[in-house]
Amino acid sequence: MASAQADSPSLDGFVQSHVAVRTQRGACTPAVECDTPWAELRGQLKAEGRNASGSAAFLGRFDLLHDAVLNDTRIETRELYGDLVSDKASLRAGRQVITWGVGDLLFINDTFPKDWVAIFTGRPMQYLKLGSDALKLNAYPGPLTLELVAADFRPDRLPDVRRFIFSDPLPAGLPRRTGSPGHGTGELELSLKASGYLGNWELAGYASRSHYRSPAWRVAGGELVGRFPRLRTWGASLTGPVGQGVLSLEGGYYDSRDDRAGSDPAVDNSQLRALAGYTRQLWEDGTLGLQLYGERMRDYDAYRASLPAGFPAKDRLRTVATLRFTQLFAHQTVTFSLFGFFGLSERDRYLIPSLRYAVDDHLWAEVGINYFAGNRNGMFGALRDNRNLYLTVRYAF
Amino acid sequence: MKPVLRSVVLLLVLAVRAPVHAADPSGAEIVKRSLDAFYYAGSDMRARVTMKLINPQGQVRSRDMTMLRLNTGTSGDQRYYIYFHAPADVKGTAFLVWKYPAKEDDRWIYVPALKLVKRIAADDKRSSFVGSDFTYEDVSGRDLEDETHTLLRSEDLAGRPVYVVESKPKAAEYARRISWIDRERWLPLKEEYQDARGATMRVFTADKVEQADKHWTVTARTMKNLQSGHRTEVVFQEIAYDMGLRPDVFTERYLRDAPAQWVR
Repeated sequence: MASAQADSPSLDGFVQSHVAVRTQRGACTPAVECDTPWAELRGQLKAEGRNASGSAAFLGRFDLLHDAVLNDTRIETRELYGDLVSDKASLRAGRQVITWGVGDLLFINDTFPKDWVAIFTGRPMQYLKLGSDALKLNAYPGPLTLELVAADFRPDRLPDVRRFIFSDPLPAGLPRRTGSPGHGTGELELSLKASGYLGNWELAGYASRSHYRSPAWRVAGGELVGRFPRLRTWGASLTGPVGQGVLSLEGGYYDSRDDRAGSDPAVDNSQLRALAGYTRQLWEDGTLGLQLYGERMRDYDAYRASLPAGFPAKDRLRTVATLRFTQLFAHQTVTFSLFGFFGLSERDRYLIPSLRYAVDDHLWAEVGINYFAGNRNGMFGALRDNRNLYLTVRYAF
Repeated sequence: MKPVLRSVVLLLVLAVRAPVHAADPSGAEIVKRSLDAFYYAGSDMRARVTMKLINPQGQVRSRDMTMLRLNTGTSGDQRYYIYFHAPADVKGTAFLVWKYPAKEDDRWIYVPALKLVKRIAADDKRSSFVGSDFTYEDVSGRDLEDETHTLLRSEDLAGRPVYVVESKPKAAEYARRISWIDRERWLPLKEEYQDARGATMRVFTADKVEQADKHWTVTARTMKNLQSGHRTEVVFQEIAYDMGLRPDVFTERYLRDAPAQWVR
C-alpha cells in the first residue's frame, strides 16, 4: 500500500559526445566552420523530487556543454520548474518544455520555441524543444483538460552563418541586431489548449497569442534590425484509431498581426496550415508513419506585389509529405530509423537515416545522416551545402 | 533417443497420467478460469515489477517498473498503467493501455524529455514488450476466443496438480500453445509455444507462486526463447489488490504526472 513517505530527491544524468561532419566542402567560405558544424561534449544532471502526497514537486535539468566548434563552455538550463498539484488543477512555474499538437516533426498549434540547429546537426530529439519560461496552469473540469500557458518570449534557434552555408538575401556588410519582445502586457505570450476524449478519440482546440520565432529583418539607420512579428493562432486536432493504425488530423490559422494586409515583404503572410497523418505497425518491431502537410498564404497577390526584385517567390500553397520508418532489431537494442521530408511543391528533400545501438542499459551510440537535396529555393534544398554525418555516444547514469 | 527407448518412456509417461474424465471442465473453461486468475485477479492491482533481459552471453539489461491495473465493467475491459523507474535513460517514461477483449487496444506512451504523449500503433500479438521475450499480449492477456482450447490430460507438475491444455490460435506467431494450469489455483505454471513443425519456440515458467491479499499470484516468472537463447525474468514485489484505484488514474493527465500515491 502507499506509504506516507516522501521520495528522496533523485539525481540522474548522462555524458554525451556529439559530432556532425560536413560531407561536402566545395561551398565553404572562411567565415563558416566547414569540417564540423557541430562538435560538443555535454554533461547533463537532472534532479527531481516531490513530497509524500505528491502535492508539490520540482525538476531541474542542467547541461554543462563544451562547444568545440566555437570553443565555448557554458551551462544551459534545459528545465527548472516547480509543481503544485491538487485533484482539480495543477500549476507548473519555471522553465519547462511544452509539446502540443499531433504532428510528427511538423508543428501547427505548437508554437513553443524550438532548436532547429539541433535537428539539422543530428542531436538527440529531446534537443529539438527549447524550454519556455512560463507559468502553466492545468485544470480538469469534468471530462475536459484545460491548459493555460503564460510565457516569456524565447526565439527559435536557427541556422547561423558560422556553422551553416545558405544563401542570404539580406544586404551583406551591415551590422545586425535583433530586438526581442519585452515583458509588457501586450508582449506576454498566452497559449490555451482545451482537450477531451470522445470515446477513444482525442479532440483538442488551441489558441495562442505569441510571436514568430524567427526575426523579420529591416534596414534601419545603417543596420539590419530583426524583430519578431506578432502572431495569433487558433486551431484544432483530432487523433484516434483507424483500422490497425492511428490517424491524426490537425489544422490551424496563423494570423500575422503585424502584416494583416499581407503587403509587408519582411513579415510572413497569414496562413492556413493543415496536416493528416497515419501510423501503423507493418510487422514485428517495424512501424511506418506517413503525413501530408500544407500551408496556404492568405494574401498571395499582396505578397507577390510587395516582393522585392531578386527574391525568389514562394508558392501560394506549400505542401510537404513526410515518412517515418522505424525497425527495431536484437531485442530492441538496435534501432534503424528513416525520417524523410519531401517538399512536394518546392521539389526538395530532407532525409535522416540513422542507426542506434544500445550497448547496455547505460551506453548507446547513434550514427546518422542529415541529407538535404533538391531545389535550392526550397526550405530543405536551401541547406543542401550542409549535408552532414553525425555520431552521438551517450553514457547515462 | 532410440525408437525403442522412446516408446518405453512414452508408455511410462502415459501410465502416470490420468486420462481425461467426463467430469473434467472443458479446455475453454479451464483457460477462462486461468485467464481470470492470471490477468483479472481482484478488482485492481499494483506491483513493483523488475524485468531482467538476459542474452545468450549472459549480459543483463534491467527494467524497473510500477504496474497498475484496473478491471472496468464485466466485459473484460481493463486499464494498465506502467511507469519506468529505471534505467536512467528511460526513467519517467510511462505506458497507458486501454484493453478491450474484442478489438484493438488503445495505447499511449509518455516521453518525459519532450513532455510528449503519443498514441502508439502496435499489434500486441507481435510486439515485444520493451525488448523482452514477453509480447504485449503476454503482459496484458489474450482473449479466450483468440484460440481454440482442448484439454489433453491431467497430471502433476512439480508437486502441483495440473490440467494440460492445448490452445491453437486463429492468427499468431505460434501454431500451438500447451499450458500446464494449476487445478486448484488456476494459474498457468508452464506454457510452451510451438511452431507449425511442433518445435518449441518459447517457454513460460511460473517460478514462484505466492498468496498476496488472498489472491494466488505468480511472483516470479521466466519467458525463454529457445531459438535465440534469450530469456526474460520477471519478479513482482509490493503486490497489492483491491485498493480502490480510480479510473481517472488511467488517463492522459496521470500519464504525464505519475500518481504519487501509487507510483513510488
